[in-house]
Amino acid sequence: MKILVAVKRVVDYNIKVRIKTDGSDVDIEGVKMGINPFDENAIEEALRLKESGLATEVVVVSIGSSANQDVLRHALAMGADHAILLEAAIAIQPLAAAKLLKAMVQREQPDLIILGKQTIDDDTGQLGQMLAALLDYPQGTFASALQIEGNECLVTREVDGGTETIALSLPAVVTADLRLNNPRFVKLPNLMMARKKIIETIDGSDFSINIESRLNLLKVSEPPARKAGIKVASVEELLSKLRAHEGILL
Amino acid sequence: MTTLILAEILNDHDSQQLSPSALQAVAAAQFWNSPIHLLIAGNNTASIAQKAASISGVERVIHTNSDHFSHPIAEDLANLIVSISHDYEVILATHSSFSRNVLPRVAALLDVEMISDVLEIKADNTYVRAVYAGNVLTTIQSVDALQVLTIHASSFTAQSLEGDAEIVSIASPAAFGKTRWISEVRSQSDRPALSAARVIVSGGRSLASAENFQQLLSPLADKLGAALGATRAAVDAGFAPNEIQVGQTGIVVAPELYIAVGVSGAVQHIYGMKESRIVVAINQDPDAPIFQVADYGLVADLFEAIPALTAAL
Ligand SMILES: Cc1cc2nc3c(=O)[nH]c(=O)nc-3n(C[C@H](O)[C@H](O)[C@H](O)COP(=O)(O)OP(=O)(O)OC[C@H]3O[C@@H](n4cnc5c(N)ncnc54)[C@H](O)[C@@H]3O)c2cc1C
Ligand SMILES: Nc1ncnc2c1ncn2[C@@H]1O[C@H](COP(=O)(O)O)[C@@H](O)[C@H]1O
Repeated sequence: MKILVAVKRVVDYNIKVRIKTDGSDVDIEGVKMGINPFDENAIEEALRLKESGLATEVVVVSIGSSANQDVLRHALAMGADHAILLEAAIAIQPLAAAKLLKAMVQREQPDLIILGKQTIDDDTGQLGQMLAALLDYPQGTFASALQIEGNECLVTREVDGGTETIALSLPAVVTADLRLNNPRFVKLPNLMMARKKIIETIDGSDFSINIESRLNLLKVSEPPARKAGIKVASVEELLSKLRAHEGILL
Repeated sequence: MTTLILAEILNDHDSQQLSPSALQAVAAAQFWNSPIHLLIAGNNTASIAQKAASISGVERVIHTNSDHFSHPIAEDLANLIVSISHDYEVILATHSSFSRNVLPRVAALLDVEMISDVLEIKADNTYVRAVYAGNVLTTIQSVDALQVLTIHASSFTAQSLEGDAEIVSIASPAAFGKTRWISEVRSQSDRPALSAARVIVSGGRSLASAENFQQLLSPLADKLGAALGATRAAVDAGFAPNEIQVGQTGIVVAPELYIAVGVSGAVQHIYGMKESRIVVAINQDPDAPIFQVADYGLVADLFEAIPALTAAL
């Protein structure tokens, strides 16, 4: 079984991004970048399937600029067999990305495709579902557990109010939730070794897919901030303050 | 122009109900000033369709009954929506794990870039949505002829129930076949649902065990008629079930009163609770970031403050 994992390079989750002074976009110049956290879970799950003998090969792919090499090296250092950079010049939107990934799936012929459930920059959470749609594959989104049984992938999904388990006929698309696993730490020697590995680079335009933006960014702004209130000295003071609010019945 | 709303059916203690978020979806759909149709897919939906028909502003309720919709999977729902999509210029739902599973699939099948979790509709094709865990707002304009979107329920005021829509029953396409529903585990709780609760008591990693989490927070929640919430750290540590995680990866809540107990206030957590009307934080660290979004902060050891608060109620 071959597994394809898609990873995105995003602003590190600890960083509070700033807005450009002209309000045209966020300013991520010089900001610490890293692999989208959910995508680390996706890689980890693929590696575990390989280590348990169920999978034979783990290929990671990232769409973006040559800067994305760092997240691909991270994936190689975790243990991925092969990394592909799909170069695309513009900030790519989910449907366009899904079309490019579909082309990669057709080329690589994986039995299982694992993505993160969402990106922490755009917070869209669409790409896995879109890719599954374009391939007419079954989809198992927000996975917190995954099991291969014969020609099926059993996925436990985190849904509002509980969990749900479904079986997908392979090939299938799964999107990883944070609770799917705990991604391994990358050891320095592995990172050094990964530096020497070759990252295959493909020009996104080779596929003649129209990846033009369909969503135009008109403006970015700060959300209205919550104001910090007051500190109370005791439980009694807290209660008397709360009781003074209309509609709060304590 | 006609708008199609995908409504969600909730399985609640063996009975089925229309998700109340449908009322907010209809409110959002009013923006387009065009007829609104509401789609319900299940296996025994007559009474749910009746209820949906009473939502003010809905012109038509379309329902379909089929065995394979008793536990609907995204693939079947997407194929159903696509089968009737030619009648619509807008397809929307409230942002939930249900719609997030289905609508991106619909959008891709219809060759549309989808807009997720819309906070405000500015124009027929222009929306405000949050990125970077709610730290930045973007205004985006879609150039697609068809708009596929999810809306942020708490940003829209629910419609009233004074409508009288026609109810139309349609056949559904054949089952997708490559996905098999196996089982579900629903939380059995007598507490209000997090999404609808007026008061939420939320606990963090500092509760230190599942026993503490229950023994300290349950009595308080009981007295307040509150739902329980948790941070990711508390869920990952096994103190609380995953479905009560509040935040970027969990559920977004907007109660009247949110009491954060031993919660540090990471951006990913704040994302899920900052729309609460009144926020109370109880934390022993006076510099904890949660205090920056709290109306009332109490610097105290939760193991003393929570029993005292519960006793004082
Ligand atoms: C991609 C991603 C998504 C995430 N999504 C979410 C999400 O949806 N929801 C979420 O909550 N987190 C999420 N997180 C995790 C988030 O970053 C934080 O790690 C988490 O919210 C911290 O939980 P906590 O406040 O319980 O724990 P901590 O940060 O460890 O804070 C514990 C707090 O308890 C206080 N404390 C300790 N003992 C006591 C005591 N005796 N009395 C009073 N106070 C005490 C401490 O002062 C501290 O402030 C996400 C992270 C990532 C990377
Ligand atoms: N540029 C990209 N290159 C490769 N994979 C991506 C890219 N963008 C998103 N993904 C994958 O799709 C998942 C969901 O992304 P999104 O739908 O954009 O929130 C991510 O967690 C990644 O696994």
